[in-house]
Amino acid sequence: MSEVLLLVETKEGLLDKKTLELIRGGSELAKDLGVGVSAIAVGSETGALAESIASYGLKKIYRLEHPLLKGFMPDVWVGALEWLCKQIVPKVFLFSHSFIGKEVAPRLAFRLNTDLTTDCIGLKVDPQDGLLIRTKPIYGGNAIAALKCAGLPQIVTVRKNAFEPVEPVQGRSDIIQMVPDLNEAMIKVQSLKTVPEQIVELDKANVVIAGGRGISEKEDLEMLKALAKAMSKSYGNVMLGCSRPVVDKCWLSSDHQVGLTGSMIAPDTYIAVGISGAIQHLVGMIRSKKIIAINTDPGCNMFKVADYGVLEDYKAFIPALVKKLEE
Amino acid sequence: MQEMNIIVCAKQIPDPEAPFSNVSVNVEKKEVLVDAPDVISPYDENALEAAIRIKEEMGGKITVLSMGRKVADTVLRKTIAAGADSLILLEDPAFERLESRSTAYVLACAIKKIGAYDLILTGRQAGDWDSGQVGLILAEILGIPCISLARSVKIKDGKVLVEKTIPVGYEAVQAGLPALVTVSNEVGELRYVARTKMLGLLKRPMTIPKWGTKDLIDNVEKLSKLQLVEMATPPDMRRACLFIEGSTPQEKAGKLAAVFKELG
Repeated sequence: MSEVLLLVETKEGLLDKKTLELIRGGSELAKDLGVGVSAIAVGSETGALAESIASYGLKKIYRLEHPLLKGFMPDVWVGALEWLCKQIVPKVFLFSHSFIGKEVAPRLAFRLNTDLTTDCIGLKVDPQDGLLIRTKPIYGGNAIAALKCAGLPQIVTVRKNAFEPVEPVQGRSDIIQMVPDLNEAMIKVQSLKTVPEQIVELDKANVVIAGGRGISEKEDLEMLKALAKAMSKSYGNVMLGCSRPVVDKCWLSSDHQVGLTGSMIAPDTYIAVGISGAIQHLVGMIRSKKIIAINTDPGCNMFKVADYGVLEDYKAFIPALVKKLEE
Repeated sequence: MQEMNIIVCAKQIPDPEAPFSNVSVNVEKKEVLVDAPDVISPYDENALEAAIRIKEEMGGKITVLSMGRKVADTVLRKTIAAGADSLILLEDPAFERLESRSTAYVLACAIKKIGAYDLILTGRQAGDWDSGQVGLILAEILGIPCISLARSVKIKDGKVLVEKTIPVGYEAVQAGLPALVTVSNEVGELRYVARTKMLGLLKRPMTIPKWGTKDLIDNVEKLSKLQLVEMATPPDMRRACLFIEGSTPQEKAGKLAAVFKELG
């Protein structure tokens, strides 16, 4: 019962920045608990990944390696982490609230007979009992709950940007290679194929133009695309986004979705067209530098969080705006 | 083709699309008050839609399970109107504010009581606490395959085929039955339920079983409640909105274009 553990993740084959944030969070907790912080790299070949985090003040890096851990098959990843936790009995286990964390953490917590809190934005140690106080937005961000759970390990997933990324330090972590006890029979879900799709990376946009429930026809998205095209001549990288109803209608793929279960972004300019401003959407775009709302409902929430508002029907306004920009 | 026996888990929550001005926090009582009607959690509606499509193709039966301290059949009868066959309410004061693991345990007890099933569908997460745990843990308890974040669910040759949303696109996966799938909104929204149909259903006498702890669990001690330390209001998000004035859309467009130029 001696360490804070965290799962290392990669993005496009390289160390994910989210892991550096976790290391910062984990280090702070470890300090309060008077223990060390260690990390786990999972995969079929983890040498390079382990090296890439060896100079961030981690006590140990566990290389959890097995041929079955190639790619990400949740069944065996959960099995491998369960195996490791039963060996080293960590006090705290941190995951990023990422694709992998969301899938693995609940199942692992169940197998270790402990309760998990997901999507935390703050963590601290209760000096009374050494348990984590987990801060988590609920009701889409309308309230912030702080809660505790009794079991061990104390296990959480942590939202992106909850901690600043850690900086490299002097010294090098011990790297320990381990081969978990896994077998084919653990795989209950077979992966048939992975199909890459062209994914819109909204976090790389300077300007996001987003449509919502107020967009009445699928064809009207063309107006937003025309606006994006017109703006891209002067305002950098302009991308098309949306709120949830547009994805529910299957008009745009989910990589365009901004909000709690889509992208959380902070572009220079966010233009919300026909978006009323449900809180689940607002949490995804509220950090934008400038927010412009175009809506016919003067009472809608989007106007309350916007810097500029245009009370107009987009059908008349957007083409007029495109024309002005092209003049 | 074998008919499918599908269970859909659906949570009743205050409308998550309620304007934020209708939500308040009682710091003393550590409660969130939402001044909005209750609805079925949106991702659970997506799960129901996925179930109905399977039933349309293969035939079968859809049972909806809903659990809470107090669940209203007036809200959940919408699932019947949309195409589910039966509804079971899991209702007990002991079911309030449970940890996800305990919620999954109660659902698992109810599913064992129901008996035979081929497929369990849940939403990827509930629209109130957004924990995203119950489906995954339920599959663990039942010891069945678990697939998360489905954007399409199909049954073929006694297996469930799922297109699962992943960060770079999608992954096609399959598993033997019975299995549990958590459904994401890319599946599509729940079909429209006509108001007249809904009203008719509300009047129709219907047997809706209500199961509580005594029907499901030998020991309430097994359920752990959320331990709330604090409930706080979020930082204020409001900004001072400058409305672009003008008598025509064209005039306003000209002014907004000038704002863009100023912002750079």
